[in-house]
Amino acid sequence: MLTSESLKRIDREIAKYPADQKQSAVMAALAIAQEQQGWLSSEAIEAVANYLGMAPIAAYEVASFYNMYDLKPVGKYKLSVCTNLPCMLTGGVDAGEYLKRKLGIGFNETTPDGLITLKESECMGACGDAPVMIVNNRRMCSWMNPEQIDKLLAELK
Amino acid sequence: MAILGAINPMLSVGLDGDNAWRLADYVKRDGYSSLRRILESGIGQGDVINEVKKSVLRGRGGAGFPTGLKWSFMPRSFPGDKYVVCNSDEGEPGTFKDRDILRYNPHAVIEGMAIAAFAMGATRGYNYIHGEVWEIYQRFEEALDEARAAGFLGRNILGSGFDFDLFAHHGYGAYICGEETALLESIEGKKGQPRFKPPFPASFGLYGKPTTINNTETFASVPYIINMGGESYLEAGKPNNGGTKLFSVSGHVNRPGNYEVPLGTPFAALLEMAGGMRGGRKLKGCIPGGSSAPVVPGPTMMDCTMDYDSISKAGSMLGSGAVIVMDETTCMVRALERLSYFYYEESCGQCTPCREGTSWLYKVVHRIEHGNGRADDLDLLASVTTNIMGRTICALGDAASMPVQSFIKHFRDEFAYHIENRKCLVPVDVQRAGSGFFTATA
Repeated sequence: MLTSESLKRIDREIAKYPADQKQSAVMAALAIAQEQQGWLSSEAIEAVANYLGMAPIAAYEVASFYNMYDLKPVGKYKLSVCTNLPCMLTGGVDAGEYLKRKLGIGFNETTPDGLITLKESECMGACGDAPVMIVNNRRMCSWMNPEQIDKLLAELK
Repeated sequence: MAILGAINPMLSVGLDGDNAWRLADYVKRDGYSSLRRILESGIGQGDVINEVKKSVLRGRGGAGFPTGLKWSFMPRSFPGDKYVVCNSDEGEPGTFKDRDILRYNPHAVIEGMAIAAFAMGATRGYNYIHGEVWEIYQRFEEALDEARAAGFLGRNILGSGFDFDLFAHHGYGAYICGEETALLESIEGKKGQPRFKPPFPASFGLYGKPTTINNTETFASVPYIINMGGESYLEAGKPNNGGTKLFSVSGHVNRPGNYEVPLGTPFAALLEMAGGMRGGRKLKGCIPGGSSAPVVPGPTMMDCTMDYDSISKAGSMLGSGAVIVMDETTCMVRALERLSYFYYEESCGQCTPCREGTSWLYKVVHRIEHGNGRADDLDLLASVTTNIMGRTICALGDAASMPVQSFIKHFRDEFAYHIENRKCLVPVDVQRAGSGFFTATA
């Protein structure tokens, strides 16, 4: 289920914690599993739990609590837009609307070609860069005016 | 550029080059000299804590608790593991200073944590970094590698016999983990639900061991305090409000960004540094300390200075120093609706008053905003807030209630207009123009 490359990365995370506290690596391990698979299936969560020697339900509790884990398949690119108040004042909500129009989908939907899933997100801690969005939980894009959004969409092919 | 403006800065000095975050540049800026001095000249643990007490450094994460006092709660002679934990889970809407500290000055955080660990007899530490800032997390990992290679972390640091290991823990999207005991649960690999206190982390923290948790900016300030002396640091601010502070200015200003100014700087001066109000419009209201702090009407805000005491006198909190500026194009009902949605979404669900109450707050504000408000809704909201506040394990319930109470208190007419006329006092196209999205070119 988990590739040897993923397991190697998980081992590096386990090493950060005391020897009897492997469970501490579960957040990182789930993120690594999600990166490998594109989303977190029950099988992936169970594999992580077994590798860390914890109950699968405990790993599932973590996976379902933190909102950057995707428990259902998403598009090749997941685009999360912050619409919280500070961003809203500087166009975060408008950016969300602009993306919905451009992509022809609503929040929590995926384009028919499976390319892009659009998500509304909470504060990313980058309010000074509003409008802000994140691609696949990893790449933060700042000052996303219409022109910048068009450029990003052209790049995500 | 790292920090857009500053008055007598410390944390943001010399951060303009591309490599300012690297160890070599930090050392050129006198970095790690505080740690070296402590370890090489035999300064005692108690002396370090006293220096921090003298500085009147108050927690920069939001609560403003005196850092030196917090450190003195740790049982220094307790045998076995003790931990220092840095709270970089910066998710309070409006706050984005820790991201820049970690991006441009990560070694100040590492040095501050090492000094804290020495002072409290801790041998292990974690920096919990907000999930959404992956690039920052990666950079911090790199900075840790540099510090280990140079002997500032690890075994027998600088030949002193002092051991301290530090690691980064990456969050994955939960506002509640900014609450210190939820953060500890999260490091332990559980869902982030706050613990009932007491016991406090100083006696029962990470893995049940004595633990002290401080904010990123708090730790980053420590090397500067040790270098300049606690008294000089205090004098850099104003009495009872030591030092400088980073303010994250967002919303309707011309230059949103981080600014480092001495505590006690007039709000008007900070606003001017941030380029003034967008389009020269009038300041309607300001949330001076992150979304959980009560909103302050524009005219009152213009008379405030930026420090814990002045903002508290104005009926709000300095919090994390997140200054959310709203001009007259803002619909206060809509602004509150978005904040209420945030707390509803982020309540961890553990305590009934918060889990159910935040849902009620959002639903009622939502129906007012969407033209379905009822005559007694404002009373209903007031009653829900009083039934949440003080009845939950952590402060999220209070944080959700304070915006509701303050928005209604200061902008009651606007809420009443919404309910009566089923529409907004500020026309929608005016609101939209205020965001500047469709006219932006930069």
